[in-house]
Amino acid sequence: MGNHTVTSFDEELGAIDRLIRDMGDLAETMVDASIRALLDSDAALSQRTISDDAIMDARQRELDDRAITLIAKRQPMAQDLRAVVGAIRMAGDLERIGDLAKNIAKRVNAVGEAPTPRSLSHGIEAMSGLVLTQIRGVVDKYVSRQAGDLKALRAADEQIDIQYTAVFRELLTYMMEDPRNITACTHLLFCAKNLERIGDHVTNIAENAYYVMTGEQLPPNRPKLDETSMTAPA
Amino acid sequence: MLTDVAMEQKLAPTQDQHMIKIQGQEVCVHYGEKQALFSVNLDVRENQVTALIGPSGCGKSTFLRCLNRMNDTIDSARVSGTITLDGENIYDKAIDVVELRARVGMVFQKPNPFPKSIYENVAYGPRIHGLAKKKADLDEIVETSLKKAAIWNEVKDRLHEAGTGLSGGQQQRLCIARAIAVSPEVILMDEPCSALDPIATARVEELIDELRQNYTIVIVTHSMQQAARVSQRTAMFHLGYLVEEGDTDKMFTNPDDKRTQDYITGRFG
Repeated sequence: MGNHTVTSFDEELGAIDRLIRDMGDLAETMVDASIRALLDSDAALSQRTISDDAIMDARQRELDDRAITLIAKRQPMAQDLRAVVGAIRMAGDLERIGDLAKNIAKRVNAVGEAPTPRSLSHGIEAMSGLVLTQIRGVVDKYVSRQAGDLKALRAADEQIDIQYTAVFRELLTYMMEDPRNITACTHLLFCAKNLERIGDHVTNIAENAYYVMTGEQLPPNRPKLDETSMTAPA
Repeated sequence: MLTDVAMEQKLAPTQDQHMIKIQGQEVCVHYGEKQALFSVNLDVRENQVTALIGPSGCGKSTFLRCLNRMNDTIDSARVSGTITLDGENIYDKAIDVVELRARVGMVFQKPNPFPKSIYENVAYGPRIHGLAKKKADLDEIVETSLKKAAIWNEVKDRLHEAGTGLSGGQQQRLCIARAIAVSPEVILMDEPCSALDPIATARVEELIDELRQNYTIVIVTHSMQQAARVSQRTAMFHLGYLVEEGDTDKMFTNPDDKRTQDYITGRFG
C-alpha cells in the first residue's frame, strides 16, 4: 500500500500499529511468565507479571488516545478506518489477556501454600503451550499481514478447548481422590479457565485482524468444544 | 406487532428495489480534440442520492453536466453514447432541452441567485414554464418550494428583499428552492456545499436527505465525508474513466479498486 500524501498520517497509523505489536509481545510475555511462576512457585516472577499489567493498561490508554485523535484529525476511510477501529478492538482483547495473566499470577501464592504435587499441573503446562503458540501466531500474522493464515489460527482454538475439558476432568479426579487437593486444584481450575478465555480473546483478535486486512468478516460458525458445562462428577 | 408479511417486507433487502431513473451507456465527451470522458456506463437510481467522486479533472462534473445537456452550452463539447431519462434518450432530436432542464434541475457550486427578490427567484421558473395560472397558485408554489428547501422560516417575512442579500448558505438553499419550484424529477448538484460553512453545509446535507424522498439526486463532491454521509450509491471517476461504482457503505469501508482506495484514503499521486 502506498504512502499518504500527508506523511504524518502514515506516522500516526504506524505508531498505532507498533502499539498493537508491543501489546501483543507483552501479552505473550505475561502469559508465559504467569504460567512459569505458577509451575515453579516463583513469587518474584508472579510479582513482575502483576506489575506488567499496569504497563499493558497504560499502552491501551495510549492507543485509545492516539486512535481517537487520528479519527478526529484525519477522518480515515476504507482500510485506514478498518485499521484504526480494528486496533482499538484488538487492544481491548490484549488488555483482557493481560488481566487474565495477572489473575493467574495472583494465584501463585495461594497454590504454593498448599502442598501441590507437580503432577497436578501437567495438563495446564500443555494447555499454556498451545495458548502461547496462538498469541505469538496472531501477533506475527497481524504484523506480517498474512490474512489467509488467520482462518487456520482461529480454528486451532478448538485444541485449547479440548485441552481445557481434559484438564477440568483431571483436576476433578484429583479432588475426588484426596480432598486436601481441593484448594490447589480449584485455583488451578481457575488458571485453566483463564487460559481458555485467553484463547477466546486470541480468536477475537484473529477475527479483527482478518477484517482489518481484507474488509471481510470470517464466517461466524466457529465450532465450540468446551464441554465442561455438561460434565458432572461421576 | 408486525404481521408476518409486514415483517418480511421490513426485512427484505432494500437494494435494487429502486428503479433506474437515468441510464448512461458508453457516454463519451470531447472538448474539441481532447477527450474528457471515456465510455462511461452508469445508472442513477430513483429516489437515491448518487455521489460522483474523483480527483480534479476526472470527468465527474462533465458527466453530471451531460445529464441535463448543460454541455450543449459549450461550443466545443461533443457528447456521444446514450443517456436515457425514464427510458427516453435525452439527446434525441425530439427532446425539448428547456423542458428537459425543468425535469432535471441543477444547483451549482457557487450560489447564484438572480439579482431579484427572494420571491421572484423562486417564481421565475414556474412562471416561464406556465405552471401557475393565478397569483395565488404562484404564491403557493413559492411557499412550498421554500419550505421544501428548509429556508421558509428564515425568509417568510422578507420575501421581497433581494435574494443576493442572504448569507451564502441561505442563498444556496434559495437556489435549491428555485430548482424545486419547477417540479423536477432529478436534481443535479455540482459541489453544492464547497462555498458554505460547516453549519450551512449540515443544513444542505439534511435537506438532501429529505429531498431524496421525492427526487432523484446526483451530487458531485470533493468531500469524501460528504459523499459517505449523503449518498446511497457512489461512483468513482479517474482520468475520464468510471473506475468503480457501488453501494456507498461498501465504497468507503472496503472498495474493490486500488485507485478508489488510494483516492479515498488520501494516497493519490
